[in-house]
Amino acid sequence: MKHTLSLLVENKPGVLARIAGLFSRRGYNIESLAVNTTESSEISRITLVVDGDEKVLEQITKQLYKLIVVLKVNDFTDVPVVERELALIRVNSDTNNRRAIIDLVEIFRASIVDVSERELIIEITGDSEKIDAFVKNLEPYGIKEMVRTGKIVMPRGMRLNSK
Amino acid sequence: MEMTVAQAIIKFLQEEGVEVIFGYPGGAVIGFYDALYDSSLRHVLVRHEQGAAHAADGYARASGKVGVCVATSGPGATNLVTGLATAFMDSSPVIAITGQVRTNVLGKDSFQEADITGITMPITKHNYLVKDPEKVLTVFKEAFYIATTGRKGPVLIDIPADVFMAKINYSYPSNINLPGYKPTYDPHPLQIKKAINLIKSAEKPVILAGGGVISSNASSELLKLAEKINTPVITTLMGKGAIPEDHHLYCGFLGMHGAAYANFTVNNSDLIIAVGVRFSDRSTGRVDTFAPNAKIIHIDIDPAEIGKNVSASVPIVADAKIALQRLYEEVEEKNNPNWWAQIKEWKEKYPLKYKNSDEVIKPQYVIEKIYEITKGSAIVVTEVGQNQMWAAQFYKVKYPRQFITSGGLGTMGFGLPAAIGAQIANPDKLVIDIAGDGSIQMNIQELATAVCQKLPIKIFILNNSCLGMVRQWQELFYRKRYSCTLFDFAPDFVKLASAYGIYGRRVEKPSEVEDAIYWALEKNDAPTIIDFKVVREENVFPMVPAGGSIDKMMID
Repeated sequence: MKHTLSLLVENKPGVLARIAGLFSRRGYNIESLAVNTTESSEISRITLVVDGDEKVLEQITKQLYKLIVVLKVNDFTDVPVVERELALIRVNSDTNNRRAIIDLVEIFRASIVDVSERELIIEITGDSEKIDAFVKNLEPYGIKEMVRTGKIVMPRGMRLNSK
Repeated sequence: MEMTVAQAIIKFLQEEGVEVIFGYPGGAVIGFYDALYDSSLRHVLVRHEQGAAHAADGYARASGKVGVCVATSGPGATNLVTGLATAFMDSSPVIAITGQVRTNVLGKDSFQEADITGITMPITKHNYLVKDPEKVLTVFKEAFYIATTGRKGPVLIDIPADVFMAKINYSYPSNINLPGYKPTYDPHPLQIKKAINLIKSAEKPVILAGGGVISSNASSELLKLAEKINTPVITTLMGKGAIPEDHHLYCGFLGMHGAAYANFTVNNSDLIIAVGVRFSDRSTGRVDTFAPNAKIIHIDIDPAEIGKNVSASVPIVADAKIALQRLYEEVEEKNNPNWWAQIKEWKEKYPLKYKNSDEVIKPQYVIEKIYEITKGSAIVVTEVGQNQMWAAQFYKVKYPRQFITSGGLGTMGFGLPAAIGAQIANPDKLVIDIAGDGSIQMNIQELATAVCQKLPIKIFILNNSCLGMVRQWQELFYRKRYSCTLFDFAPDFVKLASAYGIYGRRVEKPSEVEDAIYWALEKNDAPTIIDFKVVREENVFPMVPAGGSIDKMMID
């Protein structure tokens, strides 16, 4: 089962290496990863998606807490959250299909951020499923390049702590 | 007071109570060594940085204090790696100070540059690269706190050469702020209550004591609890010394080469009170057949150990000493006569044994004689392999920090440098390194260190002209195909002793063993080597084949 973990860590050099190293040496695979600072410049938030059963998750959480630089580990898997991912997609587009792509962009509330003779760059945000669906719809036109950020989440309503 | 960072570090170490450091100079730490020149801090010059790390580790294990080692950048630092990994696996509080290339050339593949913080991330409890001179002392304070609290472990501090020479104002850093590090010492009362209920209803309880009992100085609390509930105490290899092994409650150490009765007792128990153990594969054997009917009360200061290898019925995250004290206060006295009758039967039926000989020297006989002659009082440090297992089986340890061995990493070459650390920590005690001819050659250069420091360590080599433990596996599981385990050349260890200007003696007959041990014990001014030519084919039994159940042993 996929779990979304949200970590608060000290904003210092090498912190990501410690966390990534912990996952790799213990054989846990990171499926998605997003890192940036929080409202405090001394603290960063790492959001990551990992696959594993409850036992694996418990061990991952405990091992993460052993790292001196980790302040908090939240598992947001069963918590109502606002979930977002952003993608930039470079898709083939000429005058024949441009209208159809624009329709698609409007349906998905994406936006076109760059236009040239033979291609468009589209920006889309949303949960992973929405982006997957959008990508699937664009595929017939020929996707030339795609960049996706990792997933970021924030719990809805009152801040919940799953631990 | 303004001084260089190097001077400030030395002042800090002294204020922190450090009396000795083990190290080896080099380009990036010249500044540090220059400051050391004016200091009263004792520096032990090793002959290889691996020796410095093991010696600091041995010192820490034997004394309960922090062991400090120093190495230069690049190869000096990387030579510490095996020693740090050893300390990490056995939760030993070691501080490693490494030099780094100057900050202006850092990250440019400069001469003698290695990313030692990157390299040691998975084998240290924490590590630092300190580029800001103003932060050095705070980092040191944090490092000592991290190394010595919670589950103890090694911490490395990497310092660029120019930072050592920068000027700072010294002030002892009294406050530290580690928001992500808060060890739990006090057990949860509810879990203690649950544990008490389990103990009350248990008919076949055992206490399993590990290295955590020793590192939290919890031996007397352990013994008081065990006596109150009249429960057999079994240790892990790392737990040897947690209870006096001549005590009537002691029931051996368990695992791959543990006593058969210890393995039977654990596997047939209905309650395991596990204290400061991590249920390593060498202790449990096959996990899914390990103690199938036992509930487990697992006491450990590291929450990640609970449920990692076996699941616990009652998890108690706490310092072993405090948790055992609580259990002792709340538990009712009990007796388990049927259980003890069963254990007695196993003890009588499956004692630790070997077939002695008049013609060839049996290694177990040597250990038995060392035990008898030293009256069980020596600090025994081991190398790794058959020598280690025989020492564990036949030397009955009486007090904590008396048996020093590389349990987790199984590091050949650990014994001699660790014995140096142990002897420096205990100048008045007899320190013995039980060695194999393979292991002793892995850090034999440290003989020079022992000689220079005038350490009267007794190095007893059980010389079977082979890599005994691997040879044993090849005999039993690889159709006697002795691939690369039989030494066709060995140095003359007696001449080697002579080359170092110390005492050496070869023993080839069982009748000479006792006399040679007495002879060695008389030498109080220098290391002494005895090369016991033991029989090559001797195996360590009992043996649980790797991945097997611990109650399915090859007995002989």
